Amino acid sequence: MKELIQGNEAAVRGAINAGCNFFAGYPITPSSEIAHGMAEQLPKFGGVFVQMEDEIASISAAIGAAMVGAKAMTATSGPGFSLMQESIGYASLGEIPVVIFNVMRAGPSTGIPTAPSQGDVMQARYGSHGDYVVIVLAPADVRDMYFLTFDAFMLAEKYSIPVIVLSDEIIGHMREGVELPPTGQGLNNSKTDKPGIGQGLRIHKTGLVYDEDGMPTTDPEKYELLVRRLFDKIESNKEDILRYKAEYCQDAEILFLTYGSPYRSARSAVKKLRKDGIKAGLFKAETLFPFPEEALKQMAETVDRIIVPEMNMGQIFREVQRVAGGICDVELVSSVRGTPISPEILIRAVKG
Amino acid sequence: MKKAYAEYIREKNLPHVWCAGCGNGIVLGAFIRAFNSSGMNRNSTVIVSGIGCSGRITQYLDFDTVHTTHGRALAFATGIKMANPELNVVVFMGDGDALAIGGNHFIHAARRNIDLTAIVLNNSIYGMTGGQVAPTTPSTRRTKTTPYGNPEAPFDICKLAIASGATFVARFTTYHARWLEKAITEGLLHKGFSVVEAVTGCPTHSGIKPADILDWQKRNFKRKNYLCVDNLEPDSIGVFKRDIKPEFSENYFKLIGLKR
Repeated sequence: MKELIQGNEAAVRGAINAGCNFFAGYPITPSSEIAHGMAEQLPKFGGVFVQMEDEIASISAAIGAAMVGAKAMTATSGPGFSLMQESIGYASLGEIPVVIFNVMRAGPSTGIPTAPSQGDVMQARYGSHGDYVVIVLAPADVRDMYFLTFDAFMLAEKYSIPVIVLSDEIIGHMREGVELPPTGQGLNNSKTDKPGIGQGLRIHKTGLVYDEDGMPTTDPEKYELLVRRLFDKIESNKEDILRYKAEYCQDAEILFLTYGSPYRSARSAVKKLRKDGIKAGLFKAETLFPFPEEALKQMAETVDRIIVPEMNMGQIFREVQRVAGGICDVELVSSVRGTPISPEILIRAVKG
Repeated sequence: MKKAYAEYIREKNLPHVWCAGCGNGIVLGAFIRAFNSSGMNRNSTVIVSGIGCSGRITQYLDFDTVHTTHGRALAFATGIKMANPELNVVVFMGDGDALAIGGNHFIHAARRNIDLTAIVLNNSIYGMTGGQVAPTTPSTRRTKTTPYGNPEAPFDICKLAIASGATFVARFTTYHARWLEKAITEGLLHKGFSVVEAVTGCPTHSGIKPADILDWQKRNFKRKNYLCVDNLEPDSIGVFKRDIKPEFSENYFKLIGLKR
């Protein structure tokens, strides 16, 4: 049965059904509804909600909870996401599974708190210092908010890594009629089988570079081994981690490479362009990092142009240029207006 | 090494990083003796620390240990305690760690009265980074970043803890190691947010010989009677607060109607 549900509410449901049992957060527009939902729902399923004193405390508490076996999450928006960066690096190095939700709003700085953007894409991947890895997922509608949040917990657990769900104000606040499993259905209550803190195993966790026993080291060999192992963990499991969808692509000459809310405008544009006899196709990246470069490269071989609509100055555009530049034309449709990119803008970009 | 210490120390991680004459070892010893006599279950105890000289304590203690980021030890510990309230959680911090970069978490952990034992090693300076002024450095004192004297006033850790809502608060020095040990034992067994300030010295950056530091502690600090908050001075030592108030995790589970 279809129900009218908000994107942020769908994220709460996806998290709880994935087994999330700890949430720590700090109020911020436009992500607050996730905290509201968690505060109300978690206790009903045996979980814990804590409102912390700031975003640094929120991510730190979530990591602490995850260390003792909780399926932990925090949610925020741009300014709060900036504050969380140091601890995201800590969780990546320490292999702590934690889900971080960023409902992107217009920046930089305080920006326009109630307006959407996609300005935090590169920050999501590279915002913390040093060489580290994270997985970044990008929902494009309310249905995605449920399923990608669910997947985020699965991937975090499986690869012992922070997973960032990069949503935006449009999707977070949008209400759609969708069919979703009810809260609590198929609740994943499985406990982690990985050794953790609090089991009396005398384990040490640290943000220092550590050796095979988890103890601090400055040994160049061990440092390199550790960092390369963390990167390889993602690189060698890309097939399992990558999520993307190609539509109208068999005969496409012009391809829209999209993620997040512009996907919907691009889909509408593709349908209209096809009515006019223009062979347009659509590639929706749901995993932004690792970037689905092999699949995109294959597409680039068969199309003439790739158009990248983004609500920023061009961030994933550079990834697309890196992968497809020299194979076909790569163009950016950039919007920094704090408003959605309309299908008409995209149609104009194609027709010139 | 004495048997009680050897049992609780990760010997393979020795030698430690602390300078000769550092007070941190005295606090570590006091903690081990305190824990040993507290009767607490080591397998359900988690030790958390921040960054700095004191942060290395978790590296040497053979428990489940978490060496966190600078200033965030209490925030990590809050997540650990709330996710599994059955764990005993002890948090070691330095004075800069707890009161400058982590000051916000310190006052809020105290306000919540969450059942953590915070041991603050106060050497009145940033030691590991080379001797800069700390939020506990006395006024007019010269440090690397106050070459003309410290223009600021210091925090009194115990006064701040009490004002913020901590329900067990004590201060002793490394000279008064036995009293310090007893205060840590009491802090461990106290239900609620406990703060034990351990006044230590940094011979490296103060230029004062370790023995002279201990001698100064002996001559300067005076034990005050219980509940003397109003006349608590920087040189007062003692247990300044013992109070029973609703504890955060207990309160949370009571309010949501769940027994954990």
